[in-house]
Amino acid sequence: MDLPLRERIESVCRQYDRRRDRLMDMAIDIQAAERCISPEAQDALARELGMEVVDVQSLVTFYAFLTESPTGRVVVRLCDDIPDFLAGLDAVAEALSSELGLEFGQTSPDGQITLERTPCIGMSDQCPAALVNEVVVTNLTPESARAMARGLLRHGDPHRLVEHTGDGRNSHELIRAMVQNNLRERGPVLFGGPVTGRGLEAALRKPSAEVRAQVRASNLRGRGGAGFPTGQKWDFAAKAEGTRRTVICNADEGEPGTFKDRVLLTELPELMFEGMTIAAYAIGADEGILYLRGEYTYLRPFLEHVLGLRRRSGLLGRNILGHSGFDFDIRIQMGAGAYVCGEESALISSCEGLRGDPKTRPPYPAQSGYLGRPTVVNNVETLCAAARILEHGADWFAAIGEPQSTGTKLLSVSGHCERPGVYEVPNGLTLSDLLERVGAKQVQAVQVGGFSGHLIPPREFGRRISNTDLLTGGAVLVLGEGVDLIAMGVRVLEFFVEESCGFCTPCRAGNVLLLERMKRVAAGHGEEADYTYLAELSEAIKGTSRCGFGQTSPNVVLDLLRHFRPVLEKSIGIDPGNGTREAFDLGAALRDAERISGRRSTHHLAERTEHREAAPRKEVKIDGQTRQDTPKEGER
Amino acid sequence: MTDSFTIRVDGRVIEARQGQTIMEATEQAGIYIPRLCDHPDLRAHGSCRICTVLANGRSVAACTQPVERDMEVKNRHPRVEAWRRQLIAMLFVEGNHFCPCCEKSGNCELQALGYLHGMTATQHPHLFPRRAVDGSHPDILLEHNRCVLCGRCVRASRDVDGKQVFQFAGRGLNRHITVNTEAQLDHPGLDLKDKAVSVCPVGAILKKHKHYGVPVGERKFDHDPIGSDVESHDQDKVT
Repeated sequence: MDLPLRERIESVCRQYDRRRDRLMDMAIDIQAAERCISPEAQDALARELGMEVVDVQSLVTFYAFLTESPTGRVVVRLCDDIPDFLAGLDAVAEALSSELGLEFGQTSPDGQITLERTPCIGMSDQCPAALVNEVVVTNLTPESARAMARGLLRHGDPHRLVEHTGDGRNSHELIRAMVQNNLRERGPVLFGGPVTGRGLEAALRKPSAEVRAQVRASNLRGRGGAGFPTGQKWDFAAKAEGTRRTVICNADEGEPGTFKDRVLLTELPELMFEGMTIAAYAIGADEGILYLRGEYTYLRPFLEHVLGLRRRSGLLGRNILGHSGFDFDIRIQMGAGAYVCGEESALISSCEGLRGDPKTRPPYPAQSGYLGRPTVVNNVETLCAAARILEHGADWFAAIGEPQSTGTKLLSVSGHCERPGVYEVPNGLTLSDLLERVGAKQVQAVQVGGFSGHLIPPREFGRRISNTDLLTGGAVLVLGEGVDLIAMGVRVLEFFVEESCGFCTPCRAGNVLLLERMKRVAAGHGEEADYTYLAELSEAIKGTSRCGFGQTSPNVVLDLLRHFRPVLEKSIGIDPGNGTREAFDLGAALRDAERISGRRSTHHLAERTEHREAAPRKEVKIDGQTRQDTPKEGER
Repeated sequence: MTDSFTIRVDGRVIEARQGQTIMEATEQAGIYIPRLCDHPDLRAHGSCRICTVLANGRSVAACTQPVERDMEVKNRHPRVEAWRRQLIAMLFVEGNHFCPCCEKSGNCELQALGYLHGMTATQHPHLFPRRAVDGSHPDILLEHNRCVLCGRCVRASRDVDGKQVFQFAGRGLNRHITVNTEAQLDHPGLDLKDKAVSVCPVGAILKKHKHYGVPVGERKFDHDPIGSDVESHDQDKVT
């Protein structure tokens, strides 16, 4: 801990052979040791690597978990995803904040604790949840949050917060997390039987082209949400020009409400690594990368352990399983808090030690990806399914699900239901069937596919989870009748504004403008013209954005306009007394001036005399309850 | 030549070569596709999205999208032009652009694009960001308020000047241009003659002491709208 900065940086750089493309790893290690990557550290890093300091700065300022000024020794990141709100996040946040004596975004004066909010950490089935450094704390209540805060103030050791470990391998000595798998339904593909390793053995008995042909024949499509045919992707990479090829497993799982890969990473990492090895054989890759989101750092020691076992068993390394000339190994690349890095070209940028800006396409990763090499990026679930296909055959797989949508889909179910968790279901299952299985009643809407997915109204619950209907990465958020959908839309847009990389105009500025207008509607100040404004702006953002981020971020707005018009219309408040509509909040507009002048405007006098009985201003909350916005003492 | 074929742009058939972008092929044929981040001397960036066109029905950036045989491109299409108006308006409101008091007025590509698209006022609220002005360099002024994040200076400095004075930092609405060595513009690298200084499409990188060398009324876009040079290039060929 007490190494002088320069020595620390030298040693970190040595550890990664001074390779600039490992800058992410170096930055993460320095952040962990120094609690920041200060301008001095950036300068030293740049000198050590012989690169420009602006390039280091460019990376550091991109990722949420990297900071230029010091955080506390313990960073408490409270997840503020929508399921957390539905489960009482506000009370937990208040308890945590008051017990620690910190506002969100603050660090204690002694430098011990930082309190922050963070987007979905992949625990929507056991929320409210928080990350305390890399330790996951789940099912928070105001009481447990207070106890946690007191514990941290007393001993400062996040690991001591884990009193009970979860089921399955969550109790493994290298994980020891209080996380529960909540694996509610095991389907025939992923959780259908033990991991035998026979898929890889079968693959190595065939020529690589035949392996690809088998995956093609299975009609397996990408399980991350885009649904691209896996066999075709492998073919492109295999046939692209290049001397070295790369297989990347996308375990970034950043789509809010998605946590199924967490369970695969915990329970079936052997199957995932087997799938990666099969993919490597199929395309002729010698290097594999598991891109693991920073929020899942708690799984890293265990995953490294599994990789070590596989190396010792000849399943990784040189001449795998005695197959002469087949050399392949896997390294783990940690992310550092950036949703956009789930986009495959941004993920590649991140693996190359760059900020997570998506790349210009074409060329596609399969042609020119990681370090310019033909690269396959597949989701965790896709690779697990591929291993099963090699084990049991393409016909076996294709017989499950639907003809155009073969196999099973792993769903992450959260929100208003009795049994949140992970479900492996055959493709083609209808939403209403699913809602029954998970124990959801009085449902107002279901958000399928996370924030970038779609908000489905009850009259469309007959739709199917399928490549040809509701194509999804697997997030299913159940929204009960009390949920304020407009407030939810605002929260979704806040997330996108926070996470946009800012590379292209529509996503960087357009989402901010969408958010501004949605806030106005949510505050009850909307008017009919806003619908046209929101629709046209949404279409422009979708139509012109450079990557999938901006091409999907306005979905929530368009779905509200399309399916929930009455909800929006109710928010356009018309005073039944005089027929006027409040389109402007005079009190709010005057607030700055009041603060500067140090006195209240006469507007409030008028309000007090004329509208003595008027209801206080309504502030919308996602859980549908309203909060009275009474001015604080100091503001009077 | 086997690698040469035709594409259709708004119904007009033009020649294109394998490996060209839509922007390059149309430029050569004297068809102007509005753009801001793209510059003929720099690698394409695809960030401003103003050059968005429909190619075989799919929206793509003309500056980065390669042509394909028999490609059907829609450039002057109502939907595309509506999107462009939106993008131009977004760029205006996300920064602080006050044309009447900007030295670049008349030579500004953003302003010229606004005129070309008939923009009078924006339907969007101004975001009024707080951004710094860096006057530390003796000859060059960096006015972040007018920066449109096109990245021309980043690319020019890195790829043409071989210096890397500029880089992007931050993300989302906080994305900004940062200057090498602790935000001091008097970095020994930056020179008045650098490509990075001359390629700025707006008034964000300005040469000091020269602002009114050309009077208003005689500036680049005062008489001919932006894109005229591309289109006249075609007429020259025809006559």
